[in-house]
Amino acid sequence: MATTLNINGKDETVEAAAGTPLLWVLRDHLKMTGTKFGCGIAQCGACTVHVDGTPTRACITPHDSLDKAKITTIEGLSGAAADVIRDTWVENDVPQCGYCQSGQILAATALLSEKPSPTDGDIDAAMSGNICRCATYMSIRRAIKQAAGKL
Amino acid sequence: MFLEDIGIIPSRKKDRVPADRPASIVNLTRRGFVTGTGLFVVAVTLAGCSNTEPTIDASTMKIPKAGPSPLTEVEGGDATPSLWIAIEKDGTVKITCHRSEMGQQVWTSMAQIIADELEADWENVEIVQAEGHERYGDQNTDGSRSVRYNFHRLRLAGAAMRQMLVAAAALYWKMDPSRCSAEMGKVSNSENGDTLSYGNLAELAAKLQVPAESEIVLKKPEDWRFINKEIPSVTVPKITRGEGTYGIDVNVPDMVYAVIARPPQVFGRTGAVTDAKALAVPGVMRTVKLPDAKPPALFQPLGGVAVVGVDTWAAIQGRNALEVEWMDGPNAGYDSDNFRKAMEAKAKQPGTVRRSRGNVGTALATADKTVTAEYYTPHLSQSPMEPPAATARWTGDQLECWACVQDPQATRQTLSDLLDVDKENITVHATWLGGAFGRKSKPDFVVEAALVAREVGKPVKVTWTREDEIRHGFYHSTSAQRLEAGLDSEGKCTAYRHRSVFPPIGSTFNAATDAPSDGEMGMGATDVPFAIPNLQVESGTAKGHLRIGWLRSVANIYHAFAVQSFAAELANAAGRDQKDYLLELIGEPRLVDPNAEQASYGNYGGSAEDYPVDTARLANVGRRAAEMAEWGRELPDGHGLGIAVHRSFLTYVATVIEVKVAADGALTIPGIWLAADAGTVINPRHTKAQMEGGTIFGLSNALYGEISARDGAVVQDNFPSWRVMRMNEAPKIFEVEIIASNSPPAGVGEPPTPPAAPALANAIFNATGKRFRTLPLMGANRDTLDIPAISAR
Repeated sequence: MATTLNINGKDETVEAAAGTPLLWVLRDHLKMTGTKFGCGIAQCGACTVHVDGTPTRACITPHDSLDKAKITTIEGLSGAAADVIRDTWVENDVPQCGYCQSGQILAATALLSEKPSPTDGDIDAAMSGNICRCATYMSIRRAIKQAAGKL
Repeated sequence: MFLEDIGIIPSRKKDRVPADRPASIVNLTRRGFVTGTGLFVVAVTLAGCSNTEPTIDASTMKIPKAGPSPLTEVEGGDATPSLWIAIEKDGTVKITCHRSEMGQQVWTSMAQIIADELEADWENVEIVQAEGHERYGDQNTDGSRSVRYNFHRLRLAGAAMRQMLVAAAALYWKMDPSRCSAEMGKVSNSENGDTLSYGNLAELAAKLQVPAESEIVLKKPEDWRFINKEIPSVTVPKITRGEGTYGIDVNVPDMVYAVIARPPQVFGRTGAVTDAKALAVPGVMRTVKLPDAKPPALFQPLGGVAVVGVDTWAAIQGRNALEVEWMDGPNAGYDSDNFRKAMEAKAKQPGTVRRSRGNVGTALATADKTVTAEYYTPHLSQSPMEPPAATARWTGDQLECWACVQDPQATRQTLSDLLDVDKENITVHATWLGGAFGRKSKPDFVVEAALVAREVGKPVKVTWTREDEIRHGFYHSTSAQRLEAGLDSEGKCTAYRHRSVFPPIGSTFNAATDAPSDGEMGMGATDVPFAIPNLQVESGTAKGHLRIGWLRSVANIYHAFAVQSFAAELANAAGRDQKDYLLELIGEPRLVDPNAEQASYGNYGGSAEDYPVDTARLANVGRRAAEMAEWGRELPDGHGLGIAVHRSFLTYVATVIEVKVAADGALTIPGIWLAADAGTVINPRHTKAQMEGGTIFGLSNALYGEISARDGAVVQDNFPSWRVMRMNEAPKIFEVEIIASNSPPAGVGEPPTPPAAPALANAIFNATGKRFRTLPLMGANRDTLDIPAISAR
């Protein structure tokens, strides 16, 4: 079944079975592997993308429910909050293995876009859905606060 | 992502001179490289240079007679510079990293070591990931030893190439090399200030003789530019753009996707398979029955049925629709609760003596007071965020694999053994690893990809779902331990007996093995550093019923939990402060030699001269962490501080944890203070990151981690039942001090994990009076500690 999706501002037509989650359309059909598979049940946040600006778990979101949506992945994430998050991530060497960090960056960017000066509670609420087994949580928290100061 | 990109980081350089005439030079060096076909690697590619210096035409230069290179073989493998360094004509310095990048920043640290001795300009450095091959020496990226094994040889390699570049410049200038000096990618002429860039010199340098080890002059530590400096990670910029290629990200043209239904039990067998419904799922192409696994487990796949589809989702849906009759195997009866009881019973019985000092029996019998405590810890799963994934492609009898493996050489060997293919026909590319923690040392998943690809006749990527990863792992061993001690009338410990019972890792390699190895006992049991006159360490036997494997810090996890909890229990029994009593147990500054007391202690392969068990360093980190935490300060009600110190992988770590326990048992961790002495560290920033991450890894296991088994099958399946710590549970304060040291480099990735759990349990005891001797403290389904009501405390 052909579906046209708007991904990072570009229309992409894909042929995937009805109900196939966006995650596998991105990774296997479009070879956009920046969005990661972690659990498949929306428990870890590794697959986070933005759908119309809202952090969304691509692993449980059928691609064919998104034909009118604007999808943003780590490859296409841009804007003031994204720039400052990326810069701060690099300045602080936030990631370790980096596998969960696409999701962390998407979540942190959405947080800062909505709350430019987040409290610890805001950070907990926005980021606790994103598991990091390297446990870069302390670095992420420091970096979000630093990034907020730069916005 | 294209395969050509694997292992090459994006250029961070300014504009480069285009490559007009790239030249490849084969530098025949030494016999170690003359493998099979005779020649070896490309050493140096070059041409051109900046426009302010004359271009050297090496073909016109008279080269001094250069015979075969002298050997620069050092302990741990080869140091020949061309194996590690290629300098291109535009000055790009390509550094080969032969260890796997899994978040420990090994790409950065290996490059720091080489680039420093080479006097490279860091801006010109790029990293290339080595494929699996013996020419690199040991590539098994575990045991926290990448830096320790390679520090010296990589310094030699960098320095040797620097000296060759200097010699080339001296030859060109017709002057003595001692009048030339290398600095940041250039060689300078001290007589007139002229410079020649490395890119310009490389072709000529490649024709010169590699200096013998005795002629190589290493830089003095005070002249280091990159070593022991907080050099930014070379991988992070790419990570922030989603560009890194992990094993699961590999794409090969014409590739298909597979997931595998595996028998629930290790050595369970696959019976009747009905795949009609699976094949009816849109996108499913076919199924492939895999051979049953037979003991010993080794690194072989577990068997089962692969479902192959046009994408991973189709394969997963097909697997859900597959009907398989699983048949019981020899582990059908394994129940981890029953096994716990059997192990605990065994820990009450005398075991095999693994270290002995004085006479523990007599000392216990004559003590004023005795203390006995039993500890239990469950199986754990590594659960890296990237589950195992591998891609295999057959071209005739040639097999090429891409995978997130910690040990590409073991992968190649295992593929050769299990697929009956000559090793020379197998290429293994290590990708980035999205975490590993020991799981990806075991290449069973790569064999699966190769088996399925051979059947299908197309390149195949096998992806493990999270459920696969949690149910079919190589698990951290469950353990039961019993400690007994005798105290004299002053509370001083006079006798100590530690019995440890756990299914050994050896059971994965020989099903009959039920006794712990010296290596496992040497991780926190036989290397106990306490100054107690009568001391005995014993082990009991236990068989493996799951695949037992190593997990970040391995046997240190349960041994440190028991020993460091017990030290605090003794302090309590003696009415003393935890920290003071612990330092007293460690005793006077001295070197401890377990082998003088009948132990067979391997010291992680480190020599006793370079890496003694040094109680001064152990006590020092303990004192520092206590100072950082302001040990002894007044705490609010419900708060407690706990301390643990532990030496593992030749590194000394002390951790102080503050907990807050609410009336209902809800636990928060306001702060952690950690001091580590890892000898010479390559990158203090990345070392601190490991200390933070390794601590939380240990706390996550201690709070929630439990893999259990019923009827031979693992019960847990995904992050709800296998719970891990999240952002909201991480401490707001986490201070790390890396002790400045000139000692040889020691481990960094694993040493922070062992003291985390006992420091936590000791803090909870100080906060609540309740001593926890069983892990996990909560488990996946609880949000509170099981503590007595406040009134009862």
